[in-house]
Amino acid sequence: MKTWRAFSPARFWAMIYKEFIQMRRDRMTFGLMIGVPLIQLILFGFAINSDPKHLPAAVLMADNGPQARTLLHAISNSAYFDVVRQLKTEEEGHAVLARGEVQFVINIPRNFSRDLLRGDRPAVLVEADATDPGATGNALGALPVIFNNALQNDLKGPLAFLSGTAGPIDLRVHALYNPEAITQYNIVPALMGVVLTMTMVAITALAITRERESGTMENLLSMPTRPIEVMVGKIIPYILVGYIQMSLVLAAAYAIFHVPIVGSLPLLFTVSLVFIAANLAVGITFSTVAQNQRQAMQMPVFFFLPSILLSGFMFPFRGMPLWCQWIGETLPLTHFLRIVRGILLKGNGLAEVTAELWQIALFAAVALLIAVKRYRQTLD
Amino acid sequence: MDEQLAIDVRGMTKRFGGLLAVNHVDLSVRAGEVCGVLGPNGSGKTTFIRMLCGLLRADGGSGQCLGHDVIRESEAIKRQVGYMTQRFSFWEDLTIAENLDFVARMYALENRRRAVTESLERLGLAGRRNQLAGQLSGGWKQRLALAACLIHHPRLLLLDEPTAGVDPKARRDFWEEIHHLAGEGLTFLIATHYMDEAERCHRLAFISGGNLLARGTSAEVVEQAHLTTWSVSGPDLPELGEQLRRLPAVRQAASFGATLHVSGDDPRALEQAIAPFRQPPHQWRLIEPGLEDVFIHLMERPAAPPPPA
Ligand SMILES: Nc1ncnc2c1ncn2[C@@H]1O[C@H](COP(=O)(O)OP(=O)(O)O)[C@@H](O)[C@H]1O
Ligand SMILES: [Mg+2]
Repeated sequence: MKTWRAFSPARFWAMIYKEFIQMRRDRMTFGLMIGVPLIQLILFGFAINSDPKHLPAAVLMADNGPQARTLLHAISNSAYFDVVRQLKTEEEGHAVLARGEVQFVINIPRNFSRDLLRGDRPAVLVEADATDPGATGNALGALPVIFNNALQNDLKGPLAFLSGTAGPIDLRVHALYNPEAITQYNIVPALMGVVLTMTMVAITALAITRERESGTMENLLSMPTRPIEVMVGKIIPYILVGYIQMSLVLAAAYAIFHVPIVGSLPLLFTVSLVFIAANLAVGITFSTVAQNQRQAMQMPVFFFLPSILLSGFMFPFRGMPLWCQWIGETLPLTHFLRIVRGILLKGNGLAEVTAELWQIALFAAVALLIAVKRYRQTLD
Repeated sequence: MDEQLAIDVRGMTKRFGGLLAVNHVDLSVRAGEVCGVLGPNGSGKTTFIRMLCGLLRADGGSGQCLGHDVIRESEAIKRQVGYMTQRFSFWEDLTIAENLDFVARMYALENRRRAVTESLERLGLAGRRNQLAGQLSGGWKQRLALAACLIHHPRLLLLDEPTAGVDPKARRDFWEEIHHLAGEGLTFLIATHYMDEAERCHRLAFISGGNLLARGTSAEVVEQAHLTTWSVSGPDLPELGEQLRRLPAVRQAASFGATLHVSGDDPRALEQAIAPFRQPPHQWRLIEPGLEDVFIHLMERPAAPPPPA
């Protein structure tokens, strides 16, 4: 009796094997698993976040000195900015920004040339419409370089010291409407987490609810199976699918979007296992609640939506109100995004990611516990 | 505990909220017997069977199934029982062979491949082994289900309306197979509402509204009902039936092909009641009530306490 209750590797393998066959025959779901990452890549990668250039800009010239003109020329000549308008007043500048006619207003202050040559580091204020931060981020990033290069010729000889470390100009960027700029490098790696959250939860929720709705669960329960065998047996094949999705996004990130991969890929794949498991556990928990397949399709939205909105994928995490951040902190995607960005872009190692990793692990453990507790050995 | 009894349960009870789906049902089935569970839709047949194999937790009751405690040892019972669900419950996107192979793995059979091959051959499924289960017709699905239930050599088979949606030829073959297996010592508990199938069972248990109303061999059930039945033939039988049903002594008047069966509990009262109608053009004949007469009688009777054992 006791030994009978034990976990059986044979039954466990039987579940996995069966799941693989069914997955192979279910073209629609299989298409979904490959199609979703592709569609998201195209939408988020190309449509939204190609490196935008030739952004409309307005300039408020309060100084007419030679250096101010040099600066204006440099801005006009750079690929990022198209100076479409010269402004007379600050109010005018705010108006065109608010209407969305220009993306930037560049204020060159009174006595700019004089102050520059004096070494007073005149302040140049750049106001950016950052509602779509992806649109402004690269342009803003390029500004200091554009300015320094432009003034290089004027700051020679005795003035050379001005182009030192602090730069000749005090560049003040004022990103309106959105405090933190997300760049493309941020989004494509993060897509990995979003795609996994979207498909892993929905697919496991469906896989188990389908067994119940089609009556095969009754059959499964009438056989000597343990809940853990059924669940883990169902999870494993989808972990593999998760890795395929990850590889797909990573390959695209590297080949198409030229996202630098600074850190270790093996590390990324290893820690992702915890994240994938967390999502699968959520899917299983949903499946124990859902009455039918329709509900199993709908419930993941309740998980997916907060994940995508509050994790720092859609909005900069630090820009959100505190209560949103608290919710965000509980979601696995939030921590996974930090891990992915950390490893890929900053070259973080295991030491730096463990703090985030254990929070995902905790979430996974709790979700799996609820799932196992809720999974019914009987039909009532 | 009687070693000869494959099933011996008492007082099995199951509630769904306020609904008493199975109400204190006692049942014993001898090893090697084919026991039929009869009852109209919703009478609790499926619920009773599910309790036997641990798929539903009983709210009350005790006893043993294959020598294991029916309440506490469902794990051990599951291992020796083959359960065929009312609705086809194999994986439609797996082939016949894959389904059988999966089941064989679930029971951790030694020599799995041989078990699958044998089971395919035994039920004549070998030619279709690579066909998807979802594409099979009713008869073949049922064969697959039976093959899968048998693959781990169970001692008891619980079949829940196994021949629903199966053509007459396949049904006859199916029953041949069942009697063949029973001859080998397998015990069967079969839920059905087909009369001809009930006649093929060694013993019957009749439940209605969750209550066990009669049990025993077909002849015993008929005898216990204490029914007197007259067969009437002639013209305008439906009209006649209408009139007869209004008489208190007439418990039922049901059409059987070209005849009308009129039954009652009290032979004398019935005879008196029908006397005015016994004239041409109708011919009246006293007959032995059949199982179907009793079946209808029990079904139409208001819920009664279970009969003494
Ligand atoms: N899981 C359930 N939840 C609630 N009621 C149920 C459930 N299963 C069965 N019932 C009810 O219990 C009664 C007996 O059902 P069932 O055992 O399926 O009857 P049968 O198999 O004889 O047709 C019916 O009234 C049915 O509606
Ligand atoms: Mg039923």
